[in-house]
Amino acid sequence: MSDAVLSAHGLRKFYGAQAVVDGVDLAIGRGECFGLLGPNGAGKTTTLRLLLGLIEPDAGEVRLLGLPVPQAARAARIRVGVVPQMDNLDPDFTVEENLLVYGRYFGMAEHDIRARIPALLDFASLAHKKDAKVPTLSGGMKRRLTLARALVNDPDVIFLDEPTTGLDPQARHLIWQRLRELTQQGKTLLLTTHFMDEAERLCHRLAVMDRGRIISEGSPHEMIAHNIEPQVVEVFGEEVAAWAQRHAAHYASRFEVSGETAFCYVVDAQPLLQHLQQQQGLRYLHRPANLEDVFLKLTGREMRED
Amino acid sequence: MAAHHFAPPRLSLRFYPIWRRHLLVWKKVATSSVIGHIADPMIYLLGLGYGLGSLLPQMGGTSYMVFLAAGTVCYSTMNSASFEALYSGFARMHEQRTWEAILNTPITLDDVVLSEILWAASKSLLSGAAVVGVVWALGLSHSPLSLGLVPLAFLVGLCFAALGLITTALAPSYDFFMYYFTLVITPMMLLCGVFFPVAQLPETLQAFAQLLPLTHAVNIARPLMNGVLPTQLWLHVAVLLGYTLFGFYVSLVLFRRRLSQ
Repeated sequence: MSDAVLSAHGLRKFYGAQAVVDGVDLAIGRGECFGLLGPNGAGKTTTLRLLLGLIEPDAGEVRLLGLPVPQAARAARIRVGVVPQMDNLDPDFTVEENLLVYGRYFGMAEHDIRARIPALLDFASLAHKKDAKVPTLSGGMKRRLTLARALVNDPDVIFLDEPTTGLDPQARHLIWQRLRELTQQGKTLLLTTHFMDEAERLCHRLAVMDRGRIISEGSPHEMIAHNIEPQVVEVFGEEVAAWAQRHAAHYASRFEVSGETAFCYVVDAQPLLQHLQQQQGLRYLHRPANLEDVFLKLTGREMRED
Repeated sequence: MAAHHFAPPRLSLRFYPIWRRHLLVWKKVATSSVIGHIADPMIYLLGLGYGLGSLLPQMGGTSYMVFLAAGTVCYSTMNSASFEALYSGFARMHEQRTWEAILNTPITLDDVVLSEILWAASKSLLSGAAVVGVVWALGLSHSPLSLGLVPLAFLVGLCFAALGLITTALAPSYDFFMYYFTLVITPMMLLCGVFFPVAQLPETLQAFAQLLPLTHAVNIARPLMNGVLPTQLWLHVAVLLGYTLFGFYVSLVLFRRRLSQ
């Protein structure tokens, strides 16, 4: 992508002998919302830190807003906002003071920051809390304040590391709405997430990372179309393992048994559904394939260490 | 440790917004903080000064109270800068992740570490000024030279903040700081001429004391308090500045390594 706002080529980072980021190539265009998915330890956060120029790569090149990173990271970060994975708001300050103090770090003039604060508070739905101290805010409010803080310098690119982890559904939906507004304003977003519904709703394009590499990339729709059968039938019950061994391969092009559930991936679900209607003791759920199916196919079902 | 960790510090004026952040936090707790700044040295000065002073009418050619006042300026600024660099610095780096938030802006780690040192020294300046104020109020010194203790307090603050940050950079938790206070701060308090002249120590300890930065701070403070220009003033200043630069550079290298993991 020649007009990429953010690009990386052959990016590598070792911790000791282990390649945490192992040859990542990325190109993200202006106004795009790009999602980086992957299990814990896949290298997502390290990739973000490399792209921001916070750590030095062992190999590879990064360009952020036309500037080489990490060499010119400081200049690039003037036009970048970051929502970190863990809240690092200033607990001693009020909501408003957090925005004011953060704006100063960008070298912004005092009156410019103060002029921006009301709009930022509105955006974060925190106008009524502007004098509240950070420890009195709910988790969702803290997240929204962190997002508002990342916008204090009116950035062109916003990095979001698991922006909705730990939030309840209401708080999450409000964040999603705000992120959509930002893409509509033409901001470029790069976000990491564990939540496939989040990625599917927000992202124009996605990359799935595992063991330091990008193993698949595309729009949510393409990812599903290219990687997996369009229909899924989940079969539940105590007898499911025995049933799957005898019948699943006959009806499904691919199946997996996990605990007391068999996941059957099919192009046409009708023959399987007719068969299941005659089975005693088995329940089932028929649904279209989604990003989570793709993710589990690509990265496997076994648990990952943090 | 990678080669770029050893790069010389790159300084910029971007430390200033961080310094203002610390000031804003401090303003919120200023009352209790100022009481602490004044109470701690006062307890030493009045308790030991009147208590021991009545047994020791003269020390180093002056009243024990005046002798002690000069030492107390150095001791209390050392303490204040060390606490700031260790406990408050660790909270900002590790617990509150304040540094992480700052580093996502155009500010670099070099600016962050510089601001920590300058902020701790600023608090030391205040602490030193408080003691000098009390010394004047008690009529222990009226020499204009004693005002030189205020900039000295800033220099002592720079020195001990920079040295303290080395420990902060290595600390896994707050418990680690006990070692620093027991093995570094307490010996300096007792060996560097705060409470009695270094000349009272055995010769080996005297030689050792000459290596310690607090000795050089006391060697500046005591003559100034008595209204005399210190001998070898620039040597003592150079030692304190040398320790400052050493602490700044070593802690910066260690922070670079720590925060790149």
